Amino acid sequence: MKGRDISGRKVLTGNVAAAHAVVLCRPNVIASYPITPQTSILEQLYKFSAEGILECELINVEGENSAMSALMGAAACGGRVFTATSSNGLAFMYDAYAFAAGNRVPIVMAIAMREQVSPQCVAAGQDAVQVKDQGWIQLYAESCQEILDMIIMAYRLSEDKDVLIPVNVCFEGFYLSYMSQNVNVPSFEEVEQFLSPLKEMKRTVWSLEEPLHFSSYILGNLFMEYRHKHTAAFNRAKEKFEEINRDFAAQFGRNFGGQIEEYRTEDADIVMITMGAASGTAKSVIDEMRDGGLKVGLVRIRMFRPFPKEKLAEAVKGKKAIGVIDRNVLCGWDCGHVFLEMSAVQNRFKLQIPMVGFIDGLAGADISEAHIGRAIQTTVAAAEGKETKEVTWLALE
Amino acid sequence: MKYQSRFEGPWGDGRDLMIIHTGDWRSQRPVTKVGKCRQCGWCYIFCPTGCIEEKETYFSANLDYCKGCGVCAEVCPANAIMIIAEEE
Repeated sequence: MKGRDISGRKVLTGNVAAAHAVVLCRPNVIASYPITPQTSILEQLYKFSAEGILECELINVEGENSAMSALMGAAACGGRVFTATSSNGLAFMYDAYAFAAGNRVPIVMAIAMREQVSPQCVAAGQDAVQVKDQGWIQLYAESCQEILDMIIMAYRLSEDKDVLIPVNVCFEGFYLSYMSQNVNVPSFEEVEQFLSPLKEMKRTVWSLEEPLHFSSYILGNLFMEYRHKHTAAFNRAKEKFEEINRDFAAQFGRNFGGQIEEYRTEDADIVMITMGAASGTAKSVIDEMRDGGLKVGLVRIRMFRPFPKEKLAEAVKGKKAIGVIDRNVLCGWDCGHVFLEMSAVQNRFKLQIPMVGFIDGLAGADISEAHIGRAIQTTVAAAEGKETKEVTWLALE
Repeated sequence: MKYQSRFEGPWGDGRDLMIIHTGDWRSQRPVTKVGKCRQCGWCYIFCPTGCIEEKETYFSANLDYCKGCGVCAEVCPANAIMIIAEEE
């Protein structure tokens, strides 16, 4: 592989940063179909290919379902693969998406998040959380730098012999996909070194020398056995992700935390929980409130599947109140996905901390500083035992 | 935990997965013309149930599991596989 140097400090959109990460990991097969707001990842990858920087088989498929199906075959044959999608593309991929997880093939797929239409909308939303229970690992990034770093780490995680589960790297469409930030792009050599532990690992692959059945029809007990193994691998993935983040921090000097990131939580009375791009805004609001004497901190969920329940329980233990800001709606529960799962964490770990939920930023609307400020004030009120609404839609109420 | 399969996912070498006698479903069956088989193994690779077995000089289907789909005859470059109706 020639791999002309693309390293250095650059100003990149989230999508272009994602494409840089993919190229640096030297994939064998990319199969993809365009959909806003993911398309510029592909455009950049094809540009890299035209420039001779990316040497990889690029398959133009007729839809997302075929994209995922092509990758399943390529990954089963031992290839390193990539695709990206959003919203209705993800919906169109749905059955192949579930197949890929059940088949336990390592695949990295970026989701530039977008609301599931209708109403028609092309920006940040809840496509990714809607498929959270299909057996994929889901990671959520906060910044363009983290998108790049997370994709590199996603290959280490997905292809690890103790994991072998496909991984989504999710980030809000428009907010991150099209916004530019400073990004440090590592070199091919550095990424090769980071991914080198995978070279020692053997995984089951399909070859003409040793033909295997793949995605086979099986009966009840074996089905349960494979689901049981999948669950066990999910549990291993949590610690593995911590280890991968530690290795990454040691080599590249950037540490975003492991399954969760904790920001000023140590002596905090109040803890806010977020996921994704709005966490940056939340951090700056927290800094201001800290200056005003309020002991508030933030926990950001980086790994949503498997859910970091132990880490979250540890992080919120002993706090006086929790505020959860969701950029999604869990229909039928009148709250967001993270809020409901945090309720389960409280029950599981016998915590009885007052908790309030907030829904904001749907369809790429701003989760503004003012909104986050109000969310924190409401959480403080809950800590003081005042009556609060269980869930508040910050832009409407 | 006691597992039956040595694989992490639904993979298998054929024998692992032969748990139902799918041969009962068959309305037609493949018959290998032994002299014509060149042992290229295409039927072995394409068989959806993985029931093709390699014999000394040819390949043939294990009829306990063969559903009679006819893919083996379709892909055979030597025309060594005939599909005949079960009634006969």
